[in-house]
Amino acid sequence: MLAYIVRRLLWTPVLLALAAFFVFFMGTCAPGDPAELRLGPRATEERIKVERTRLGLDRPLLFQYGKYVNGILKGDFGVSYHYQGRPVTELLLPKLWVSVQLNIAALIVAVSIGLPLGFYAAKKQGTGRDPAIVISMLILYAMPIFFTAPLLILFFAVKLHWVPAAGWDGFFSLQIILPALSIGIPGAAIFVRHMRASTLEVIGQEYVRTAHAKGMSNFVVNYRHIARNALLPILTIMGFTLAGMFGGSLIVELIYGIPGAGRLSLDAIFQRDFPVLTALVLLGAGMLVLANLVIDIAYTIVDPRIRLQ
Amino acid sequence: MASATQSDHMIDDLPPARGHWRNVWSKFRRRRLALVSLILITFIYLLGIFAPVIQTHDYQQTDLRRTQQGPSTENWFGTDRAGRDLYTRVVWGIQTTVIITVATFVTGSLILGVSIGLVAGYFRGWIDAVIMRVGEVVSAFPDILLIILLAATLKPRILELARDIEDSTGISGLVSSGIVDYLVIGIAMLPLSWFGMMRLVRGQVLVLRDAEYVQAARAMGTSTPRILYRHILPNVVSPIIVSVSFGLGGIALAEVVLSFFGLGVQPPRPSLGVMIGEVTARGGASVSVLRDHPEQLLAPIIVVWLLIFCWNIVGDALNDVLNPRAQ
Repeated sequence: MLAYIVRRLLWTPVLLALAAFFVFFMGTCAPGDPAELRLGPRATEERIKVERTRLGLDRPLLFQYGKYVNGILKGDFGVSYHYQGRPVTELLLPKLWVSVQLNIAALIVAVSIGLPLGFYAAKKQGTGRDPAIVISMLILYAMPIFFTAPLLILFFAVKLHWVPAAGWDGFFSLQIILPALSIGIPGAAIFVRHMRASTLEVIGQEYVRTAHAKGMSNFVVNYRHIARNALLPILTIMGFTLAGMFGGSLIVELIYGIPGAGRLSLDAIFQRDFPVLTALVLLGAGMLVLANLVIDIAYTIVDPRIRLQ
Repeated sequence: MASATQSDHMIDDLPPARGHWRNVWSKFRRRRLALVSLILITFIYLLGIFAPVIQTHDYQQTDLRRTQQGPSTENWFGTDRAGRDLYTRVVWGIQTTVIITVATFVTGSLILGVSIGLVAGYFRGWIDAVIMRVGEVVSAFPDILLIILLAATLKPRILELARDIEDSTGISGLVSSGIVDYLVIGIAMLPLSWFGMMRLVRGQVLVLRDAEYVQAARAMGTSTPRILYRHILPNVVSPIIVSVSFGLGGIALAEVVLSFFGLGVQPPRPSLGVMIGEVTARGGASVSVLRDHPEQLLAPIIVVWLLIFCWNIVGDALNDVLNPRAQ
């Protein structure tokens, strides 16, 4: 197991460096000369040339990449084209933090709805409730966020006045409920699907039958023998569910007027502010890679079968 | 002798042998929800394919005296802010979805993903290692962000290229026909579409390459491409079909998201994503739209919703029918 963890830990920086190269390369493909964009339209040829040298744009690509990575390691993702001279990090980090909080809230929603419901559906296999849960979750999963989000606002904010319609007021506020639900419900549907499948697999195991035969109470068998073992494979899909929800959160943020990475990326696309866009993509990838790393290592610790292999 | 006649008799009693696919079809047919889903999908796609025939208006034609109308006999789904017929625009939007689905899925997932998967699984070694590592890098990014980045950076380049081609060859209308948009979307979704399929095929091939019938084929001196495509590929078809049917709904959604961010198909060409983006005014206004003119948001969204839902149901059913272990 130690060898596995070490290998993962060694591979992660390489993976991130390759991801950074990809993003950097896409950035150089982007239209517009960074030197020209920084100096504005009235700059003379001469000044642009000086600026290009200063920025190192006349050096080989690999050298520029080295400079880029060096900057990233110091927390410097370059300078925004649109907001003249403001460092990308300063623009991006506060917004990204908002998005991260929103996604954590959504993950809590997804897990707390998805896992119990998936478990319940599996226990009710053979009755009408199992397919009813599966199909209704699939309907919710397929429902585009462009529809769920405004629908939730209309119902809970405009009609019932339970929560504010939009805005952002930190993690512990009423405003976070609706956006977290909008992102979390499709995530919950994914968890239901996997939790149901993995519970069904465990229910058929002999040790479950043995536990029942020993006369243990249903609660203990459900909780200790079935649910705990069924949860293990769920851990591995956590990472990719999170990635899917992050994509959804970009749109949800726009609908709810949350000042997160979604609004920023939309602005960056329209203003052709590529340093901001590339930094956002790279940070998104970095968070995802680290989340998966933590999950995989946690998995080896939680599941002794993997540890022994 | 007696036993032989008896077994002959037993064979006579069995239903006539059927081909694998007929078997699959008869099992699939018994799942009512899946069958209805498949019919719905076919219907929606046919609407898109025959858009020029079944349109009731011109999708560009604006009528400023009839803006934001509700559904009527004249405009079946109503009209949008510019007085354009929503039904016609939805039908044309489906056509866009059909084109993009075919373009990205057939090229990216089927041709690229399957071929690379076959090669990686069959040859193993460093080819496999390189392909897997590349795939890992690609899958390190959150999907939507990667698609957005690719589309945003590539789009101007490809537009430039298309204009150059127009200038130098004298072919006109290349840019305005929308081919460039489809190309951009296709390329942007490429990293997404190939890796999942590749990993699936590779996993299957890793098992099959050591199967006895493959060894026999190899011993008889069959060429490698023939082994790959005639002996191994047919045995990988089932999981490919399942994966394709799960993926097709997602493509429709990805196009909507790209168009919503202004990176997909460009107006005046309608697409479901453009329609949603127009009424929600880049996000904020969707609540008032849903309250005051729900048909403008619902018309394109229900189509996307149905596509995703139906493809998932069909995928589930196919998974049960094609995967012997799931039965």
